[in-house]
Amino acid sequence: MAKLTFRTELCKGCGLCVEACPRGLIELSRTQLNKNGHSPAEMTDETRCIGCAFCAIMCPDCVITVER
Amino acid sequence: MSIVFEAPKSLIDVPRHYCPGCTHGIIHRLVAEVIDELGIEGRTVGIAPVGCAVVAYDYFRCDMVEAAHGRAPAVATGLKRAMPENIIFSYQGDGDLASIGMAETVHAAARGENITVIFVNNAIYGMTGGQMAPTTLPGQVTQTSPYGRDTATTGFPIRVCELLRELDGAQYLERVSVDCVKNVLQAKKAIKKAFVNQIEGRGFSLVEILSSCPTNWGMTPQDALRWIEEKMIPYYPLGVYKDAAAKEAQ
Repeated sequence: MAKLTFRTELCKGCGLCVEACPRGLIELSRTQLNKNGHSPAEMTDETRCIGCAFCAIMCPDCVITVER
Repeated sequence: MSIVFEAPKSLIDVPRHYCPGCTHGIIHRLVAEVIDELGIEGRTVGIAPVGCAVVAYDYFRCDMVEAAHGRAPAVATGLKRAMPENIIFSYQGDGDLASIGMAETVHAAARGENITVIFVNNAIYGMTGGQMAPTTLPGQVTQTSPYGRDTATTGFPIRVCELLRELDGAQYLERVSVDCVKNVLQAKKAIKKAFVNQIEGRGFSLVEILSSCPTNWGMTPQDALRWIEEKMIPYYPLGVYKDAAAKEAQ
């Protein structure tokens, strides 16, 4: 199991992490906006995350920290 | 649990001004990761271009110089010759390096200056609003080629790595891309090699990185990455174009 931390205020909602996740576990928030008006990325099911860090590797804004 | 991925220390922790999905952010991070890994943070000097990356000096935690449009390799030459112990890299876009700065680029390579050039090729002028660049693909629609680039009147795109490999002064030339995880990891290896070459005093190293511009290409960030894979990579093949050190070793 892995733990992902999203620095939501840096996220621009581009969705490159959503596409990169091999298990399709990340989605853009449907309920919240950050202060710049973007829908930030969030983890839907942390128990299935393998901590491959593909999302963090593709993130242009260093939003995601991965612990494993 | 231990941290397996976090933001590199050589990158200042501020929101960057790039558009959502712009791969400049990935390339900034790769350069910063390489600076961290090589432990050269205290003696590295970067040179920011004119273009979207013009305020890169606000993002890297090292000394930075802002060069006039296209003149980054000339500024790098001066810095490296005055301070040979320092590690000098320039970070340039395609309008900066391949258009107005072509003379500086070619001559820095021909002289074999011991510098590292990070060349971000997104086939368009991003900062000024999406005009046709020297690297714009044939048929590509931009603000100044609304019916697609017509090679009969505007000529053909410039392949910088292929152009420079004929120069004896150029030591290391590689073209990489940041369209998928595998290619991002390869891009990091190439950037690291370009810095190691400079530390070992080998000479001119240039890494060309195919990058996306979702805003000016008029695409979603995901479609822009697919466009790199489907349209750009066939015209700009990835790979090592010159590696004089490897050739010597054979």
